[in-house]
Amino acid sequence: MAITRDSDLHIRRFSRNAGLGVVLLGFVAIVFGLTVVKVERGSTLEAYDHQPRTSLLPAEGVQK
Amino acid sequence: MSDISYIQQQDNEARFGDYIALLKPRVMSLVVFTAFVGLVVAPNPVHPFVGFVAILFIALGGGASGALNMWYDADIDRIMRRTRSRPIPAGKVTEREALGFGLALSGISCVMLALATNIFSGLFLAFTIFFYVVIYTMWLKRATPQNIVIGGAAGAFPPMIGWAVATGGVSIESIAMFLLVFLWTPPHFWSLALFMKSDYHEAKVPMLTVTHGREHTRKNILVYTLILAPLAVGTGFTSIGGPLYLATAIVMNALFIKGAIEIHGRTEVQAEADKYAVEKRFFYFSLVYLFAHFAALLAEEGLSHIGLGVW
Repeated sequence: MAITRDSDLHIRRFSRNAGLGVVLLGFVAIVFGLTVVKVERGSTLEAYDHQPRTSLLPAEGVQK
Repeated sequence: MSDISYIQQQDNEARFGDYIALLKPRVMSLVVFTAFVGLVVAPNPVHPFVGFVAILFIALGGGASGALNMWYDADIDRIMRRTRSRPIPAGKVTEREALGFGLALSGISCVMLALATNIFSGLFLAFTIFFYVVIYTMWLKRATPQNIVIGGAAGAFPPMIGWAVATGGVSIESIAMFLLVFLWTPPHFWSLALFMKSDYHEAKVPMLTVTHGREHTRKNILVYTLILAPLAVGTGFTSIGGPLYLATAIVMNALFIKGAIEIHGRTEVQAEADKYAVEKRFFYFSLVYLFAHFAALLAEEGLSHIGLGVW
């Protein structure tokens, strides 16, 4: 028997699969939202084009 | 797989809602509300989105412990009428599935809470799940009639976790909120046990009404209510309290004590005669009681934001 889009299994499990899809999308949205919030508020993360700003780097020869 | 078992599986296949039912959504509502209040009344402001995510994962952690509870208690749930329709006894979800589901959600919720807020909150949530599943469900629930008192602690941790999300620690205010829910649980649950003729004895769960009798349970309701009242009112003198909370607490606790005294003074014959009217009224009032206290704390926080806070 050919597996079709209307197979019995797909119909029976539609609510489960749709629910899981919504949950996974929600999870992605949460991680994205958290990233935005954390980056916006993280002043020490200030950077430009993946290169740290020179103003944030410790001056050469200065001991920590 | 035989043809018969395949057909049975088809008829009884779990739907999305069955997995939601494993999370005990009604218990989750108390977790969400108290954790929200704990987070909002804390002195450090939290970004609204981070706050929303924190509450979500605290609720998910509570749900995960519910799923693990259903996994471990599947044998009891099959015996008791009230729980026979739960997903595992109903044959919709297997015990192993519930265990995997609960463990996965526990891990996700604790890690996500720690990443979104602070490590302490994530560890606190992990401890709460451990406490509910191992200390309460696996160990003490079937061993002592004070099980509901100990189990109440797990339900009382969420406002402390909410507070920890904002502050990264514990303080007298968060302990006061914990005690409020912790000491409220026994009178709340035992009043329900008095009028809900449950079959705990068949499931061999030592409930106080079965092991020590109903008269003793009535006495315990009064004792816990009397211990709860000064603590509930005393919270009004901490930094999260105020005159509005104090007024609410005094009225609510006076009514709660009055109800507990009425319950204590009644015999089973009297209770049977009016179909446990007083016990039912006390139980429903206990819901209003807890909501009113936490709503008053929320209102105090709102008042202090508009410059009307007194202390």
